[in-house]
Amino acid sequence: MLKIADKTFQSRLFLGTGKFGSPQEMEGAVLASGTELVTVALRRVDAENKDDALLQHVQHPHVHLLPNTSGARNAKEAVLAAQLAREALETNWLKLEIHPDPRYLLPDAIETLKATEELAKLGFVILPYIHADPVLCKQLENAGTAAVMPLGAPIGTNKGLKTIDFLEIIIEQSLVPVIVDAGIGAPSDAAKAMEIGADAVLVNTAIAVAGKPREMAEAFKQAVEAGRKAFESGLGTVTKHAEASSPLTAFLDNF
Amino acid sequence: MFTEIIEKYDWNSQKESILHKGADDVRRALNRTRRDIEDFKALISPAALPFLEQMAQLSHRLTQKRFGKTIQLYIPLYLSNECQNICTYCAFSLDNKIRRKTLSPIEIMQEVQAIKAMGYEHVLLVTGEANKTVGVDYLKQAIKLIKPHFANISLEVQPLDQREYELLIAEGLYSVLVYQETYHKERYKAYHPKGKKSNFDYRLETPDRLGRAGIHKIGLGTLIGLEDWRTDALFTALHLRYLEKRYWQTKYSISFPRLRPIELNNGDEQGLHHFGQFISDRELVQLICAWRLFDEELEISLSTREEEKFRNRLIPLGITSISAGSKTNPGGYVVEPQSLEQFEISDERPAQEIASIIKQQGYEPVWKDWEKTWA
Repeated sequence: MLKIADKTFQSRLFLGTGKFGSPQEMEGAVLASGTELVTVALRRVDAENKDDALLQHVQHPHVHLLPNTSGARNAKEAVLAAQLAREALETNWLKLEIHPDPRYLLPDAIETLKATEELAKLGFVILPYIHADPVLCKQLENAGTAAVMPLGAPIGTNKGLKTIDFLEIIIEQSLVPVIVDAGIGAPSDAAKAMEIGADAVLVNTAIAVAGKPREMAEAFKQAVEAGRKAFESGLGTVTKHAEASSPLTAFLDNF
Repeated sequence: MFTEIIEKYDWNSQKESILHKGADDVRRALNRTRRDIEDFKALISPAALPFLEQMAQLSHRLTQKRFGKTIQLYIPLYLSNECQNICTYCAFSLDNKIRRKTLSPIEIMQEVQAIKAMGYEHVLLVTGEANKTVGVDYLKQAIKLIKPHFANISLEVQPLDQREYELLIAEGLYSVLVYQETYHKERYKAYHPKGKKSNFDYRLETPDRLGRAGIHKIGLGTLIGLEDWRTDALFTALHLRYLEKRYWQTKYSISFPRLRPIELNNGDEQGLHHFGQFISDRELVQLICAWRLFDEELEISLSTREEEKFRNRLIPLGITSISAGSKTNPGGYVVEPQSLEQFEISDERPAQEIASIIKQQGYEPVWKDWEKTWA
């Protein structure tokens, strides 16, 4: 079972709540996916209002909220947002997103590390969205992160695991759970991430923008389960050539 | 500054080069994943019209991928119609003999309450250009006053200096809309014969000053009906690419208001003045789709200048934000509903009705998408 900080998870699929056609559609997908952790952008919710439509539709006993700081351009703004989110949504869990570039929404490594150091001291459970940068992951570990969330491809692009070589290094080295975030465009991408040993994946665009989000959420659920099972069962090694008898070393048999 | 860049482009040869694009250029543009200025030219050219359905399908998919099934809602709040400029197409023009009005702090708050009651969290403050009465101090006070009530504040007023923008950003300003009206320098001067606005270069350098001031978002655009819309779109695209590279921390939005009838009383003319149709509905759809294909991350906004049925149909085509229930006169919501409008509204439906039309099309109307503590 997956454990992050003090919480255990049956499901290794996390969901984003943006981009859906309605709060009802989002809720349907959340329930169909079996997820136990959904991320919510602080900027999108009216945190002072208990009747906020988005928040109302994620209120289920098995679903935990993971507020995110999307929109923050630096560590200072992210820390401010984190404190607001903790107060308003009553959780110290936080998906740390700092992207000074509003076009490609690429994460700022330097500011993310700075914010992680600060937020860890303030008692937050931090899940930072980052580039697939193995060195940064180790630095975040030292700073007290609860997990790392490297991107598979630029966010919202559905391009799949473009960073797979670096993801594999991160997974091999990490002492904290690795959640592949951003870029996962199809259930097969999610399965692949799980097969290489990711602890979980976070999906939003591919489900929200699908013709039938609920069905797509179910497809992702199955893919994540299949990928994880395959990883745990031990996948066979991929070979690029047939294994010939050993003409170069066969002589050794006669020695 | 962009004023140095624009020198390199001759209007007439650019216009020619758009008209010379053929079906092969359009096909190539459609098949690429990232599109450049030449592709944009092809997509706005007459040669692209037969490909409109394909462009629309692509625009629809790209917009949903980036922005989801959502449409943001905003509303203009006109603070003043005082203006020292002569703009030949605008009802607020200095030479138009109308009663002038600037809202007092109490009146601003009355208007704020009315638009808050409609559900709005994103507001756009609009004024004419009257530096003595509606200068930076007035704008600063207005932002300070309304800040606690809105998640997101935008401004569409006269161009300001970098230092002045920095001041307003510190008060909580999120974005500034500054339309060049037209990128044709000589024509620009003809449309703006008097007032500070007649300075083409100062206006053209405004987005540079905004970028340097560190604004979150800049709105670009031209007024359709002043010059050839295709060439104006091309110059806007050049401007956008220039800005995106330099001010990479800023977000951009685009708008292409079509001229609407205005009420005139200037000595030469009295009564409702209509402008010629410079772009057809079909071509406007082409323009929206061309922008989306050119820039997947660009916000595209549509105002109540467009008519009901047309606006309904545009929702899934590539736009990302719309206004609804708008009044274009200072005090128009409650204080002084009968004062003169800047232009005549086409779509007069109230905000909640527009919201339900958005929902019917499978989209979520988004009222709040910012956190005021950041601004």
